[in-house]
Amino acid sequence: MVDVPFDTVAGVPPAEVGEVELYHPRSWWTKYVFSQDAKVIAVQYSITAMSIGMVALVLSWLMRLQLGFPGTFSFIDANQYLQFITMHGMIMVIYLLTALFLGGFGNYLIPLMVGARDMVFPYVNMLSYWVYLLAVVVLAATFFVPGGPTGAGWTLYPPQAILSGTPGQDWGIIFMLASLILFIIGFTMGGLNYVVTVLQARTRGMTLMRLPLTVWGIFTATVMALLAFPALFVASVMLLLDRLLGTSFFMPTLVEMGTLTKYGGGSPILFQHLFWFFGHPEVYIVALPAFGIISDLISVHARKNIFGYRMMVWAIVAIGALSFVVWAHHMYVSGMHPYFGFFFATTTLIIAIPTAIKVYNWVLTLWRGDIHLTIPMLFALAFIITFVNGGLTGLFLGNVVVDVPLSDTMFVVAHFHMVMGIAPIMAVFGGIYHWYPKVTGRMLNEALGRFHFWVSFLGAYAVFFPMHYLGLLGMPRRYHDIGETSFIPASAHDLNAFMSVAALIVGFAQLVFLFNLIWSLFKGKEAGGNPWGAASLEWQTPETPPGHGNWGKELPIVYRWAYDYSVPGAIRDFVPQNEPPAGLSAQGSHP
Amino acid sequence: MAVAIILLLVAVASVLFHIFSPWWWTPLASNWGYIDDTITLTFWITGAVFSAVVVFMAYCVFRFRHTEGRRAAYNPENKKLEWWLSIGTAIGVAAMLAPGLVVWHQFVTVPADATEVEVMGQQWMWSYRLPGKDGRLGTSDARNVSSDNPMGLNPDDPAGKDDVVIQNDDLHLPVGKPVKVLLRSIDVLHDFYVPEFRAKMDMIPGSVTYYWLTPTRTGTFDVLCAELCGAAHAQMRSKVVVEEEKEYHAWLEKQHTFAELSGQRDVAKAAYKTGSE
Repeated sequence: MVDVPFDTVAGVPPAEVGEVELYHPRSWWTKYVFSQDAKVIAVQYSITAMSIGMVALVLSWLMRLQLGFPGTFSFIDANQYLQFITMHGMIMVIYLLTALFLGGFGNYLIPLMVGARDMVFPYVNMLSYWVYLLAVVVLAATFFVPGGPTGAGWTLYPPQAILSGTPGQDWGIIFMLASLILFIIGFTMGGLNYVVTVLQARTRGMTLMRLPLTVWGIFTATVMALLAFPALFVASVMLLLDRLLGTSFFMPTLVEMGTLTKYGGGSPILFQHLFWFFGHPEVYIVALPAFGIISDLISVHARKNIFGYRMMVWAIVAIGALSFVVWAHHMYVSGMHPYFGFFFATTTLIIAIPTAIKVYNWVLTLWRGDIHLTIPMLFALAFIITFVNGGLTGLFLGNVVVDVPLSDTMFVVAHFHMVMGIAPIMAVFGGIYHWYPKVTGRMLNEALGRFHFWVSFLGAYAVFFPMHYLGLLGMPRRYHDIGETSFIPASAHDLNAFMSVAALIVGFAQLVFLFNLIWSLFKGKEAGGNPWGAASLEWQTPETPPGHGNWGKELPIVYRWAYDYSVPGAIRDFVPQNEPPAGLSAQGSHP
Repeated sequence: MAVAIILLLVAVASVLFHIFSPWWWTPLASNWGYIDDTITLTFWITGAVFSAVVVFMAYCVFRFRHTEGRRAAYNPENKKLEWWLSIGTAIGVAAMLAPGLVVWHQFVTVPADATEVEVMGQQWMWSYRLPGKDGRLGTSDARNVSSDNPMGLNPDDPAGKDDVVIQNDDLHLPVGKPVKVLLRSIDVLHDFYVPEFRAKMDMIPGSVTYYWLTPTRTGTFDVLCAELCGAAHAQMRSKVVVEEEKEYHAWLEKQHTFAELSGQRDVAKAAYKTGSE
């Protein structure tokens, strides 16, 4: 056992940059609507993301109704089913998870956790939200355009995405691409802010290796997003040009409903490469903030330092870097050159190693801890189970030859829901239960929270664990109705019905959660400044909820890492990051 | 306590579900048993890791849950342990990757004696083409597609004249003979998917993709489309009949060549014009 002296820095260097004058809102509008305060923007992002997420949740109920009881609901036909899966996937991955983790958690936590007064470019930060809102409005508008939203699948693969055999070919696809372009513009403004704030606005003493892992996760994910989203941006623009101006970036010579089109010379595979060059990092853009949040939740609620902090940081960075060289594992059966399979299978399985290290370090943090089974801790445990489950099935799909029979089946659907649906959502919920007291000053209701947790975790597991076996059986994905086959037994339909019922119950639990969010805002127990006894900076603000500028008169000074829990010899079982070591004055002036 | 038990139950239930699940892969009908073996191996390794992690977690929750006066240990790092875990993981990963890559090498290496079969996808039906007596498939192009020539074969290519064209009907394959399946599409992406064969590959307009297999047992198997291709994706069905050599040849005799089909159409057209029918 090596004890690493994390507080070797005896003092804190004097500030190199003086305080910058903060923008102060002068009216109700600039304080709560067109606000430049990252905390308000965070709440705006979160509410918008959860609202559009509710739409995606309802779509999932409709899909499950159709899959569980095909033919029963006359208002769902094949076209609508395809529109539902497309919008559900797109909303959940981009407009909910990406926006909530980076725009929501990122905006709220980065300035507070690094000890800054706000993001470095508050005005751009505000613009970021409003462009995001516009993207969401355009996306929602596709439900009302003639022909409805696009049904091309969330991957939007051409040629079918822009040909007449696919629903939403008229307006849906155009609105979808326009919305994506807007989203990326908005995200870029926010993302630059998060990166520059982490690099430039950390308070005195907050070295990079003293940052909470939540910040590391969000920071790395944002850097990745800034590099990955441009690929989606150009792909969207090119596809839009193919659709509107008749260019042929992705369109070879082809026949549309028996008639030769004017397209020719383009490559459908090119779109897939661009899409997945974005799409795979996107998985980690969602996963890394979740990794960070889970690390912090486990540490705080097990009253124990995160195990192997430095390894955790390097694992995040390694995963972030590696995730840019694995994208074509989504394309093993796409018809690309088969020899690419050797390379991408190898890189993909290598990424399992830093990911496994993170899992080991989470469970080793529990070892000899003082585990408080609070709701955030329960969600963290559920995250580990669902993430490990989904991560391990990733080893099936990443191993090129194993992917061949399983690709495009329900196994894939089960895998990615487990690993980047359920697991990150568990982290989102855990994070909300954990930080809600800081945001509102009140605790979320405990009984409702526990109900929400058990139903969501066990219910979602009951939906997606058995789903793997339907895929193994050979049931293809994106089928509204499997119809007659020689190989799917009647019992598979019963399983589908069971999964649908479970999904509806899980859906109901989310309404309880929403109710809890609103009810506790008024009736929740008063939280105080630091209800969990957490050591990181956001819990040390002079006011709760933190006021404009976060820190009152003086910025905090950081003397230690964020994980001083149960330090031998300390009186309390946590030492806040800004508590000076014995013998050093609180002013922190360097001797 | 309850939480620890539930976590443990999740692991136990998952393993039991796996063992007793009646939903399992279809009986194999091709030479790709190695793929099934690799999946089985992967299940063993990942199943062991999953169980170990969840059981360890459940134990921690049981043993180290908060009680009055309990205090956590303080141990920031353990370099040795972290390295051993990394090395162990790397070995497990290599144990899955190495056989996977070996089998993939077989999958992408088509044997020299494989006969070619072409599968063409279009919204929303399958067509098939077999080389005729010359053993070669003629060229094709989406520009040639017409109601007379739905597969878009090149009418000027002599190699294509004797190609056997099968439309709106099942594909037959002889058992035990390696087949290189050439995959083509004239409109959007499709994927020729026969669950019992295990093999699968997208078809892309503008390119020809392929995979190979040897059918190992006779029978009739469903063909589905595995790549989303629009509104009737789920209804794009066909069948593959694998049969003994003799029956296969009897079936082949009854099929028509491209030249015959074009000829028939010409005859029909001429007859229509002269009004004799």
